[in-house]
Amino acid sequence: MKIAVCVKQVPDSWAEKKMIGSRLDREGVDAVLNDLDEYAVEEALRIVEAHGGNEEGGNEEGGPHTVTIITMGPERATEAVRKALSMGANDAILISDSALAGSDALATSAVLAKTITDGGFDLVICGTESTDARMSVIPAMLSARLGWAQMTFASKVDVDPGASTISITRVTEAGVDSIKASLPAVVSVVEKINEPRYPSFKGIMAAKKKTIETRDLATVGVSPVSAWSEVKDATLRPARSAGVIVTDSGDGGSALATFLAEKKLI
Amino acid sequence: MSTVIILADFQGGVSTKTTAELATVGARIGDVCAVVLAPVGEGPALAATVKQGPITSIVIVEAKDFAEHGVAAAADALSQVAKAKSADAILVASHAFGKEVAARVAITLESGIITDAVDVAGDKVATQLIFGGSTTVHSTVTHGIPVITLRPNSVEADLTASSAATENFSVTISDNSKKSLITSTEPPVKGGRPELTEASIVVSGGRGTNGDFAAVEGFADLLGAAVGASRAATDAGWYPHSHQVGQTGKTVSPQLYVACGISGAIQHRAGMQTSKTIVVVNKDPEAPLFEICDFGVVGDLFAVLPQATTAVAAAKA
Repeated sequence: MKIAVCVKQVPDSWAEKKMIGSRLDREGVDAVLNDLDEYAVEEALRIVEAHGGNEEGGNEEGGPHTVTIITMGPERATEAVRKALSMGANDAILISDSALAGSDALATSAVLAKTITDGGFDLVICGTESTDARMSVIPAMLSARLGWAQMTFASKVDVDPGASTISITRVTEAGVDSIKASLPAVVSVVEKINEPRYPSFKGIMAAKKKTIETRDLATVGVSPVSAWSEVKDATLRPARSAGVIVTDSGDGGSALATFLAEKKLI
Repeated sequence: MSTVIILADFQGGVSTKTTAELATVGARIGDVCAVVLAPVGEGPALAATVKQGPITSIVIVEAKDFAEHGVAAAADALSQVAKAKSADAILVASHAFGKEVAARVAITLESGIITDAVDVAGDKVATQLIFGGSTTVHSTVTHGIPVITLRPNSVEADLTASSAATENFSVTISDNSKKSLITSTEPPVKGGRPELTEASIVVSGGRGTNGDFAAVEGFADLLGAAVGASRAATDAGWYPHSHQVGQTGKTVSPQLYVACGISGAIQHRAGMQTSKTIVVVNKDPEAPLFEICDFGVVGDLFAVLPQATTAVAAAKA
């Protein structure tokens, strides 16, 4: 079974983000592997470990499965990819091309879908969203483009490689669904699904030797398309200023209730 | 006249306020056509609950596929209606289901997409609050039929009664939209509290609760509020991840946000700083959240909250 995990390098979610013109400033902040993608990498590794392991680990001979990290971004996105490789993924594909700067989700999904098709994968796993754009649309778009089963917002994933089937539990504000499908499929996993492993020292050393294949758009075989939406303007909202702060000396709760009453919030 | 397609939003078989919000925004652009996706035989009953908002017409699509194939079938049907009606814009609620439907519609109709709009003007310019509400962005779709998802609770809904004419519309769901099969569905566990992203009041607890959410829940229930939690609290296993407010959790924008024992790292602020009024209770006077609060109490939440609960109950009585 060949599993692809789509990841994104994003500005550290603990850092202040800002716009330069109509685009996110990605240069001036620390870049990390999107938090929510770590759950996707972990789930992919758990699936292969439950079925004989991947080619590098699991057993002495090496198991029958592979986990490939796919990402689109600038050259420096290799840093985020190395993190995923050090967790235990086999190899990676980085699609990097100056024509892709400013891509929207539609262009991104087209590039990822073509790469997935050409790679002969059986299963694609994603996080539910990136912590920068937060659109949460790429997994659904990949499913639509590939014509594969959409198995998104999974809090539990069971794969049967022999029968080539998958079943998930989907958890959203609309409720809990049990969903099944035949492979190939596109999965997105929610963050409560697992506890991502920390890369071991051995894993970090091994990741340095793993292959990250860089492809430009011509190699992928997709023509550059400009974004189908544009930011007209971006303005910093005025910072909130602190209001009244009292120190509790036995009547803090009453003061709070009074404030709420004055503001007609109760 | 332009035609705007909105996907009517339902909860428990009843149209939600979000439907009226979508119609309110849509009516600025053109005639609003509300699409009701229903199980076979249930279309008229569902459509009858779409009673509020400036809606010109209601299109009922009945198919067993919606319950069996979920997002993919809904997107397939919505795309077909939009094409048949020569839609000028498509508006969908910005929740997990709505955003995924919009994503697939954008692919099918080869159209640009904007998600999480908090407003849309008559010229189809969408307003978004990004980076946790620190930045306002105006965007437009430049290709195809603009597909825009609107965050619930962001605009004041025009709740005037609607008496829209209904029509039935038949669709054929493609095989590609039937690749996944929903074998069972359970409604969300309600627990009597409002949904986090739709609540007008949210009371949240963080590290300072030490895992004891009783005081937070007590105050929330008195106010009819949803309960939220910081990432520290959900990571510690004190509260379910589904209640996490912040960058990697839910984004909320209620009338009142009460943060209890939450220091207020950027992570958390990103999920709540567009709240209209922010109240903070924290033992640590240096907690960053005090910098953006309207009212703060430096004190122990286990003393302050019970007293506030009693005082509010008395004021309400």
